Amino acid sequence: MSIAKPLPHDAARLHVTGTARYVDDIPTPRDTLHLAFGLSDVACGRVTEMDLAAVRASAGVVAVLTADDLPHDADCSPSAHDEPLLCTGDVHYHGQPLFLVIADSHLAARRAARRGKLSCEEIAPIFTIDDALAADSRFEEGPRIYAKGDATAAIATAPHRVEGRIEMGGQEHFYLEGQAALALPQEGGDMVIHASTQHPTEVQHKVADAIGRPMHAVRVETRRMGGGFGGKESQANALAVASAVAAMVTGRPCKMRYDRDDDMVITGKRHAFRITYRAGFDDEGRLTGVEFVHYADCGWSQDLSLPVADRAMLHADNAYHLPTARIESHRLRTNTASATAFRGFGGPQGMLGIERVMDHVAHALGLDPVTVRRRNYYTAADGGGLSAPRASRPPESISAKKKQCTPYGQEVEDFILHEMTEALVETSGYHARRAAVAQWNARNPVLRKGIALSPVKFGISFTLSHLNQAGALVHVYQDGSVQINHGGTEMGQGLFQKVAQVAAARFGLPLETVRITATDTGKVPNTSATAASSGSDLNGMAVQVACDTIRQRMAEFLAQYHQEMPEAVSFEGGTVRVGAQQLSFAQAARLCHEHRVSLSSTGYYKTPKLAWDRIRGQGRPFYYFAYGAAVTEVVLDTLTGENRILRADIVHDCGTSLNPALDIGQIEGGYVQGAGWLTVEELIWDNAGRLRTHAPSTYKIPACSDRPEVLNVALWDVQNREETIYRSKAVGEPPFMLGISAFLALSDAVASCGTRYPALDAPATPERLLQAIERMRA
Amino acid sequence: MTLTFLLNGECVDAGGLPPTTTLLDWLRETRGLTGTKEGCNEGDCGACTVIVSDETGARPLNACILLLPQLQGKAVRTVEGIGGPDGGLHPVQQAMIDHHGSQCGFCTPGFIASMACAHMNGETDYDRALAGNLCRCTGYAPILRAARAAETAPVPDWMQDDPGFFLAEILSGGAEGRGAQSPPVSLHPGSTDDLARLYAAHPQATLIAGATDVGLWVTKQLRDLEMPIFLNACTDLQAVDINDTDIQLGAGLTIARLMHVIAPHHPSYAAMLRRYGSEQVRAAATLGGNIANGSPIGDNAPALIALGATLHLRHGDTRRAMPLEDFFLDYGKQDRAAGEFVEAISLPRQPDRLRCYKISKRFDQDISAVLGCFNITVEAGHVRAARIAFGGMAGVPKRAAHVEAALIGRPWTEATIDAAQSAWDQDFAPLSDMRASARYRLRVARNLLRRYFLEDQGTAISALEVRA
Repeated sequence: MSIAKPLPHDAARLHVTGTARYVDDIPTPRDTLHLAFGLSDVACGRVTEMDLAAVRASAGVVAVLTADDLPHDADCSPSAHDEPLLCTGDVHYHGQPLFLVIADSHLAARRAARRGKLSCEEIAPIFTIDDALAADSRFEEGPRIYAKGDATAAIATAPHRVEGRIEMGGQEHFYLEGQAALALPQEGGDMVIHASTQHPTEVQHKVADAIGRPMHAVRVETRRMGGGFGGKESQANALAVASAVAAMVTGRPCKMRYDRDDDMVITGKRHAFRITYRAGFDDEGRLTGVEFVHYADCGWSQDLSLPVADRAMLHADNAYHLPTARIESHRLRTNTASATAFRGFGGPQGMLGIERVMDHVAHALGLDPVTVRRRNYYTAADGGGLSAPRASRPPESISAKKKQCTPYGQEVEDFILHEMTEALVETSGYHARRAAVAQWNARNPVLRKGIALSPVKFGISFTLSHLNQAGALVHVYQDGSVQINHGGTEMGQGLFQKVAQVAAARFGLPLETVRITATDTGKVPNTSATAASSGSDLNGMAVQVACDTIRQRMAEFLAQYHQEMPEAVSFEGGTVRVGAQQLSFAQAARLCHEHRVSLSSTGYYKTPKLAWDRIRGQGRPFYYFAYGAAVTEVVLDTLTGENRILRADIVHDCGTSLNPALDIGQIEGGYVQGAGWLTVEELIWDNAGRLRTHAPSTYKIPACSDRPEVLNVALWDVQNREETIYRSKAVGEPPFMLGISAFLALSDAVASCGTRYPALDAPATPERLLQAIERMRA
Repeated sequence: MTLTFLLNGECVDAGGLPPTTTLLDWLRETRGLTGTKEGCNEGDCGACTVIVSDETGARPLNACILLLPQLQGKAVRTVEGIGGPDGGLHPVQQAMIDHHGSQCGFCTPGFIASMACAHMNGETDYDRALAGNLCRCTGYAPILRAARAAETAPVPDWMQDDPGFFLAEILSGGAEGRGAQSPPVSLHPGSTDDLARLYAAHPQATLIAGATDVGLWVTKQLRDLEMPIFLNACTDLQAVDINDTDIQLGAGLTIARLMHVIAPHHPSYAAMLRRYGSEQVRAAATLGGNIANGSPIGDNAPALIALGATLHLRHGDTRRAMPLEDFFLDYGKQDRAAGEFVEAISLPRQPDRLRCYKISKRFDQDISAVLGCFNITVEAGHVRAARIAFGGMAGVPKRAAHVEAALIGRPWTEATIDAAQSAWDQDFAPLSDMRASARYRLRVARNLLRRYFLEDQGTAISALEVRA
């Protein structure tokens, strides 16, 4: 059986030999043209003139297009239809595409694109959250508010209160493969697009509109991305639309890839947030009420900002039962690149808000932050998973049998963090190490240590409920080989391998018999983005359904043929047994084909139990929750703010893992990426709205030596109580938020420099840490 | 001219192309070898890493900022040539599969090249060997596991390029490169004397040694270089001479070699250089390039100024020397005439009191926000001499003259350091930029003097030495 095996990535051999093909590696026809955008050098204004004479005269230029030259509606927005491919008169951010150069080489296009001259009536730009609030510049009519009980009254009457504010920066995806698309014009005006996208169907839809054809005239293929992380959910649209329009206008194949600097300037990033909070709590640190105000910097267009900000609100509780809560969310429009999806999709920001509150409460009472966290955890699930080991009762549990509800009214039925935390505290040696850290800090004037534990409870499902569906197409060929296809895209997460494992298991075949092919809108239509950690949950199920349909047909025929009952047919080890008869899967396939049994099937799956009203903030947006917890220890140089992650211990819940190796890969990588967001990765815009950190020379993602020197990862091996594919759980996003423990550990190290609460902002760069240390000592 | 080198064991001629053609573009667009990837096109991500060998050994280089003429007479191995000719895998490739070292796979060919090169050279400090390769998916842990697992496997036969091939000597000697038509489009002096003659004759020329800076003029600024002069054949410009009184360093010395040369004399300087760029950058970048470009954030100048180094300039047959700090006149302005070039740096032998403190957002492969270099001599409890120089604190690498004055002759105590506080403002008025604010830079500069003092007193100051 191929399930639960630590098999390597399906393309691992191609990766290491350099033969895995990405969009820019596809051999192109001889007459292929190359594209580049001319970009705005002002942040906000109205175009008075665009002088493109020098662009047109530049060597190798075939054509230059402005918005006026576009034959149809070329829009790139995934939501509000507010992102014209090229500027239509109003400039909204520094780096906005103004015109499109079509040239005979990538270099010629880049050179020409810099020669445009923009004349603009400048308008006072809005750059910050404060600017936007002052100008009431926002998406939606006013703030969204989710409330449970009367938090204001609960806080007013609580024995203790804290209040504060935390700023957290955005994050550049820095997928190693930059955005890229290739458009190949077909007969009759049809278009084939190869795109590095998490959302081929949306690319198909946007391209169809832009070339004025129905969706059936456009086929989009995505074999793999060199990393996505949410950055290719909507941000891939522009390149595909530009390539298709240019291909239509010129009748020649057109390719577009962003140079890295253009990529970082043009495309959206994680939303920066400010969160203010007020919390009331008792002597034990149990919260009685919390109020949050979220301010999300959404950039210039709506993109996916509404569901991102919603998800931040939906994670304002993280793992903690909030008896009363009020969460107010402002989605602010500013003149910067439009913020977009990024692993966690607002969840990390919302979660950091409540983790800050927990930390602040523990500090105010002088309690161990882990104790405060555990006291506020939701009550344990009744029975955990279906056969969950119940090692010990949670020591701090409030023992109520009644299921507790989130602030948005979903019952928390599967809470397993009591046991997980207990195990992690034990295996990480948390208590002894916390004492050792205190001793170290008493002896060392310069180098201070910090340690922190943070949990993750992450909701699984798209909050736009209709997206929770998937399709698959499975073929069994007459030689017994199997080809599968589904709507999910491969961006490195190992989705293709996991789904292939499902198919192999359904047919009882060795994995090498199953071939998974590039995502293709012509094979499986109307797909959702590969996002929200949903890839294997949705597509694994759809493929299972398709496989089972074929298997059922085969079984019924073979049973009849051998005069047995269908139940007497089994598929295992590459063999099909029919009662006492035994034949190879290939023989069985051939026999079925010869007797006119269809060996091809679609499969379809939709997630059950969902009911969500995002305006009221009530219902069940999530099928289930995925859990994890991490302990991180750091050392901090109090003279400079430089720091190192010394050790991280993680326990994470993947249900019954479909592939432990791939899941551990997501956990290790997610942790480092999450820690990067909150420490070393800093986006800086200047006063003119120009992004100054637009290349890896200035924007620093974690490098090899930034990984924790000691990193222990354990899977919490308990099956999902919901009926997911082989009872596994989604793993793409949840581990990202384990990185919060690194930020809290740094805060803990700063706290050793004085008696106040450090109130550290993110990212905790050396500079911000030194500032915080100075505040402690002031 | 002809341009000949080995590509994956096969002799190739890449002549007739513009001299600013990068190896990466040539591999991908001309040769159809798309295994080597473009991640950033500026030498910061390592996705384009290839192995380049010559008689001095094998090293990883970033193909995106490596110009074809730099490869004359060398051997290049890309990911396509790291696997065996019969489809077999190199041990690091197999280990990367076994240990799940690839996820999206886009950085993987560059990692494979860096790992195979380290494997060949017996390098097992992977933080160092892989600092120039960024991975966004794995968090690096599985890659490190793979590197360790492959350590003991023998180097496959196919990785050994014919050592007799290297043509650098045969083809050197002042060859003048020609494109399709004369006049020459690039110059290739074979000795420092040749260089002096050619540069004096073409003072508008651009000198290119490692191209870690000039490469970005090409790939990012899209500049046309006027008359590039490639220095790779000027091997005498890489000379090192150490005698009883002086250490003389040729301007063509790569940072990688400088690191080895300087380590026995000033280990803190070498430790700082270990964080200069990455393995790929250090193997290409040169000492002379780092000085001559006049950058206020180049890491060599402050260390060398603190050591009292002398700069040796040459124009034709005329040579002159000056204290290194006098070379940097103002931001973007150096005391160098047209056609004049940096030939060498010399520094006096001295007891090692130098400490170099590099401050950046990220520990590895990051440009310094502040680089503080302290060389303070203490005798009988008093400061006898002090040379303190900083990068990132002014428009030029600059000495902290007022701070030095506030220390010299005083007792070597915390009180003296406190008393020197106000001198910092007299020495420096730094800028705020994306690397750090002015306030942070000044604060850290002061604190680094305290760090120097505490380190001298035996207090633990290195976060690197702390374990969980």
